[in-house]
Amino acid sequence: MSMLHENRLSEIFRSSRKKLSIYLTAGYPKLQDTVPLLEILQNSEIDFVEIGIPFSDSIMDGPVILHSHQVALENGMTIDLLFDQLAEIRDYISIPIVLMGSMNPVYQYGFEKFCRQCGKIGIDGLLLPDLPLIEFKRHYSTFYRQNNLASVFMISPQTSEERLAQIDEATEGFLYAVSSSSTTGASNKMEDSQSYFEQLQIRNFRNPVVVGFNIKTKEDISFVNQYVDGVIVGSAFVQILEGGFDQERIVEFIAGLKGCQ
Amino acid sequence: MSYQVDENGFYGPYGGSFVPEVLFPNVAELAENYQDIMADPDFQNELKRLLHRYAGRETPLYPSPYLSGLYGASILLKREDLCHSGSHKINNTLGQVLLAKRLGKKRIVAETGAGSHGVATAMACALLKMPCSVYMGEVDMVRQFPNVERMRLLGAEVIPAVSGSKTLKDATNEAFRHWINNPEDTYYVIGSVVGPHPYPDMVARFQSVISCELLGQVPELTGKQLPDYVVACVGGGSNAAGSFYHFLDHPAVRLIAAEAAGKGLHSGFSAAATFLGKEGILHGTKTKFMQTIEGQVLEAHSISAGLDYPGIGPLHAYLHDTGRAEFVAVTDDEAMDAGIALSKNEGIIPAIESAHALAALAQLRLKSKDVVVVCLSGRGDKDLETYIQYSTSQKSES
Ligand SMILES: Cc1ncc(COP(=O)(O)O)c(C=O)c1O
Repeated sequence: MSMLHENRLSEIFRSSRKKLSIYLTAGYPKLQDTVPLLEILQNSEIDFVEIGIPFSDSIMDGPVILHSHQVALENGMTIDLLFDQLAEIRDYISIPIVLMGSMNPVYQYGFEKFCRQCGKIGIDGLLLPDLPLIEFKRHYSTFYRQNNLASVFMISPQTSEERLAQIDEATEGFLYAVSSSSTTGASNKMEDSQSYFEQLQIRNFRNPVVVGFNIKTKEDISFVNQYVDGVIVGSAFVQILEGGFDQERIVEFIAGLKGCQ
Repeated sequence: MSYQVDENGFYGPYGGSFVPEVLFPNVAELAENYQDIMADPDFQNELKRLLHRYAGRETPLYPSPYLSGLYGASILLKREDLCHSGSHKINNTLGQVLLAKRLGKKRIVAETGAGSHGVATAMACALLKMPCSVYMGEVDMVRQFPNVERMRLLGAEVIPAVSGSKTLKDATNEAFRHWINNPEDTYYVIGSVVGPHPYPDMVARFQSVISCELLGQVPELTGKQLPDYVVACVGGGSNAAGSFYHFLDHPAVRLIAAEAAGKGLHSGFSAAATFLGKEGILHGTKTKFMQTIEGQVLEAHSISAGLDYPGIGPLHAYLHDTGRAEFVAVTDDEAMDAGIALSKNEGIIPAIESAHALAALAQLRLKSKDVVVVCLSGRGDKDLETYIQYSTSQKSES
């Protein structure tokens, strides 16, 4: 049921090189930091980025990302503003971009209009953790398709075999596997999830698998990459922005993550 | 028209299950099993026994001379305040904790606003030997301190919710996060008819013991088969759902839901979700809640911690849109005055939540033959501090 045209996301997953992705919160630490951060990440050869849309009540997130959402909202970040900031982005940013966030802000913006704006700007994927598969299929999948947006879904160690197949079927781009059952930024060790990663490795998914949540170090990354196609670093990255935007620190942090590759 | 949840967990456009994948298996397991477990005669007998012998049901239906005189109609109080734990919340927590055991769960997590649900959960957990963690907003821990101490005495761990407005919505967020981090052996006892399917329906069914008893009590006391009005306050809406339940399909019974208008509907300090809210997705369900144009959840305000929630359950959003229930807004002051008046004139100190339902009576055009049931959802012991402060400030103003 592959329905996606090629986009930047499917393009990068054609190579078998392990992918490194960074999560950032739109409008954090300062309202205008979103685009400069994208430029630094592209220059640091990050494979793709996820931009989080802040929400007042995100139940998926732990303290670090929650705090970034709160600050971003206080800074005045909105979906309209984010789309304004990203309007010309494809003139100079070529890495894939996935937007991520809770359902409600997107729902209030208007789902169809949201997807259309994404298509216009050149956003490559959309991940809404609290959008149920059944609702996606019933109401929203056409909007993704019309705008060449990859529908990214999460899987967890709790997800049943039967459901894994359903999610894989509905997913485009990549499967987002959470490293353990937790909110973002928990302190679980990657080694503790080894048997889960092994299961992911032997399963024949039609999509590449990228692991996210609680990945902090290059050791974490090299461990996880033994089993899957790449990783996403979120809270650990957001945390280094806490003191403010410091380009040198960011570059150094990413160099540190990449040391292993 | 049906007011029952459909097979996908919706009441018309409202409801459903909007949870992250980590919680999907837990919520699905519950959705697949709750009806069978609740229909099992052994389960029913055990719950009935506990509700009777432990919680003190059935609760009286008390004709209030004071209120009847004041409004010129027959006003009957459904005395949920006499339930063990001090409110209707025990009807739900005994049911859910029993059900959690049937599902083989080992620990309980809950959220609480006023502390009524937290206390009722802690009691059920002490009784049924389940470890219990309760999230409570830091602000609420201060204004309902006696309930914090009660929960602790009952052996529950009380964890302050320090995010956002530090009230009920944030305690609910934290309880969900706790569940996400502990999905395997933990069961989340939600305290109202909110959250993902099947919670709204399950909680409404556990609370429907209220209207089930009314079906017998109203004819016995009044000679009328059905009441003309049933009035209840709505935080998330569990005591209202339970009071309305068996009357939903009797259109002659007018259902009145009292929402907290706080300092006034348009004061910016209100919790009246049907007046100020808009459809959206919060805490795993599609319902009406107060939010900005951008979909950020607004902080609610009510003098009563139990009504201090920006939304209502999906059933109520549906009852509102279909006109099956009528929603009225009651201010802090109107509720406090009604609560104090009942205390002075009837010797019953109501919970401030329940006082909103009492104050709503003033907005009805009652006729002398009308039989009006008001759900007195809880007692006011937990609210002494607020009552004292309010009385003192009233005196100094006059
Ligand atoms: C006594 C009492 N009544 C009512 C409520 C509101 O909850 P619900 O609307 O679910 O009945 C509460 C909540 O804490 C309460 O303590």
